[in-house]
Formats: sequence, structure tokens, C-alpha cells
Amino acid sequence: MSMNRRDFLRLAGITSIATLGGTTALTLVRKNIEASQMTPEPKALTGKRWGMVVDMSKFKTKDDIRKCTEACHSIHNVPTIASAKEEIKWIWDEKFEHAFPGQEHAYISDAIKHMPFIVLCNHCDNPPCVRVCPTKATFKRADGIVMMDMHRCIGCRFCMAGCPYGARSFNWRDPRPFIAKNDPEFPTRMKGVVEKCTLCYERLAVGKMPACVEVSNGGLVFGDLNDPASEVRKVLNSSFTIQRKPELGTRPSVFYVIGGKEHA
Amino acid sequence: MQMYDSGKIIAGLVVFAVLVTFPYLINIGKAYPKPEPKIDTPVIQQMAEKKCVESKQVMKTEHMQMLNDWRDAVVRDGLRVYTAADGKQYSMSLQNTCMKCHSNKKQFCDQCHNYVAVKPYCWDCHIEPKEGVQL
Repeated sequence: MSMNRRDFLRLAGITSIATLGGTTALTLVRKNIEASQMTPEPKALTGKRWGMVVDMSKFKTKDDIRKCTEACHSIHNVPTIASAKEEIKWIWDEKFEHAFPGQEHAYISDAIKHMPFIVLCNHCDNPPCVRVCPTKATFKRADGIVMMDMHRCIGCRFCMAGCPYGARSFNWRDPRPFIAKNDPEFPTRMKGVVEKCTLCYERLAVGKMPACVEVSNGGLVFGDLNDPASEVRKVLNSSFTIQRKPELGTRPSVFYVIGGKEHA
Repeated sequence: MQMYDSGKIIAGLVVFAVLVTFPYLINIGKAYPKPEPKIDTPVIQQMAEKKCVESKQVMKTEHMQMLNDWRDAVVRDGLRVYTAADGKQYSMSLQNTCMKCHSNKKQFCDQCHNYVAVKPYCWDCHIEPKEGVQL
């Protein structure tokens, strides 16, 4: 069979267009079916940038903080490891000079100096941990939560080096023997991954407040920083608040009211 | 044809052939029991229509892909509800949906996985149901 150049080019063109178009159409159809089958939970709380205000007047002693820690750690299967080098913590207490370095000075009041501050992941608007993660195991969700995908974490600990708040803990050993009582609704972690507070994404998804907020007796105010009518924004409007290490430009989403009504 | 060291070479070849075929030789005539995943858990027994999220055939061939898709949808995109082909809706959760019915991991998951020697790492983190405990 002989074929002139014009016919050959025409045939080749038609064939390649048909192949390309066919495969694209197929993948489009398949993807649409799969994507349409997955939807968010209708009860879920939604926001543009979740944040929190800590009212320090409600946290007088370490016991007030311990209540939040226990609520959090028990439902998230966080192990209790005594060694300070290997401990895992999602929400814990810290001295003023450690929580707010750069703002302490020689004549700071005794009350502030010895006050235990409740600290957790700041869910920064500009999170350095997300920038350095080589596998995107830690990422920022559309609602502002800085989230961990444990399936992807390779345990390189770049994020721990990147986080200026020490909010991340590394599993140096299998955490399971150190969990007093498993919560069967939530997974544990394994040896060799980094973990941190996830702002109870699993509770927000079913319409519940974060566990620490629920037991904090009003000490933690949770809401959408992007919504001017939200409760957090009302507190932020009415009180003087500080953030941890704002000079680093991470734009933390956790704010602290110190002194509160008594001094304001 | 002259062959140097023929004794050593041929003996070596025989040893090599036996070593390579050893796994097959030792199993000649032995039938490895076929995997029989069991679905007789209390929850499944009580179901009026014993049906998984999708049809048995789909689940058999696609469950690994489905679990992967579910995982990514929930963790990365925050989508948690799966609408099955028959319109029923399920929460996409290994621990809280799949394993609530299939509470017999040893009799269900492990049967085939051990047979084909795959070791899914789900259970490094996800908590398997306590066997024999009614949920």
C-alpha cells in the first residue's frame, strides 16, 4: 500500500488526538465518580482559620492544666514516658520564661514568674514545620489546622528543628507499652514518627469542640479567627493578648490573655 | 572434548540445582490450606442483609485501593463520608467502620494476607479489635 505524505500526516494526527482525548475522557469519568462518592461530614464545624485564646486567669495551678492534658492525651493515645528526652506531649505546661523568651526580665512579678502556662501547637498561619517537611507529611489544611499525616512521616525530624515552640515530639521507641489505656476509636503512633496536637480535627469533623477546650472551664476559647463575630474574635477585641515569639513571623493562632479582668 | 575439573564442576552444578529448587522439592505433594476468611462475627450475624460497603467482588479485588483512597480523603482532604454504589453512606474509618463489623482480624484479614505473604502496616498504628470481645 502506498500513501502520500498528506494522508500519512492526517492519519497520524487523527490517531493521536483520538488516543489523547479518549484517555482524558476516561480518567475524567473515573475520577468524577470516585470524588463524588466522598463528602465532608455534614455535622462538621467549619472555619477559615481555627484559633484559640488562652485566658490565664482560669489556669491558676498546674492541676488546671493537667486536666486539659489528660483529656487530650487519653483520647489521642499519647504515651506517658517519664524520660524528658523521650517524652511525648501534645499540650503541657511551661514557665513564662520558656513560653515567652525575650519578654522575661529581672523584675517580672512573682505571680507571672511562677504561673504555669498552658502551651500547645500554635497552628501557625505561616508554619515553618510545613515548609521543611520533605514528604508533606505535615501540611496546613484549608481551615488553618497544621495537620500530621502519619502515613507519610519518615521521621527525619526536620519539623522538630523548624518548630520554634517545641510543639513536636519524636517517638524514639514503640509508644504502645506506655499507653495506660487505649482509646479504640483513635490510632496510636509507631516508632520513628513525629507527633503533635492536631487541634482535634477528628472531633471538629463530628461537630465537637477540641477536648482541651471542653474541659478547660472557659479557660480556652476556640473559634474561627477569620470570622469577626466569633467568640475568639470578641475576646481578642476586648483584651490585650500576646502570642509566643511573634517576632519570628510564624503568625501563631494561639493567643494569651494575661492578667485578665482583675488588672485590665 | 576435554573438560578440566569435571568432577568438581558437575558436583557443584548438582548442589546448585538442588539448592535452587529446594523450596519446591520440599513442598512437593503438600497442599497448603486455602485461605478461608471468616465473616461470622456477632455484628455481621445480626445484619439482615449481610453486605459490605460494596459488593463482595469489588471488596475482594479493590479493598486495598479503597482503603488508600479513604485514607487520603480523610486525612488530607477532610472528607469523611463515603456514599456507596447503592446510596448508603458510611464513615470512612478503618478502626470505626471496617473493624466494627470485621472484629475478627485473625480470621478475616490475616487469612489471605498471610497466604500471599503481604504485610500491610495498618496495625503498626491502628488498633485492632480485641478478638472475642463483643463490641
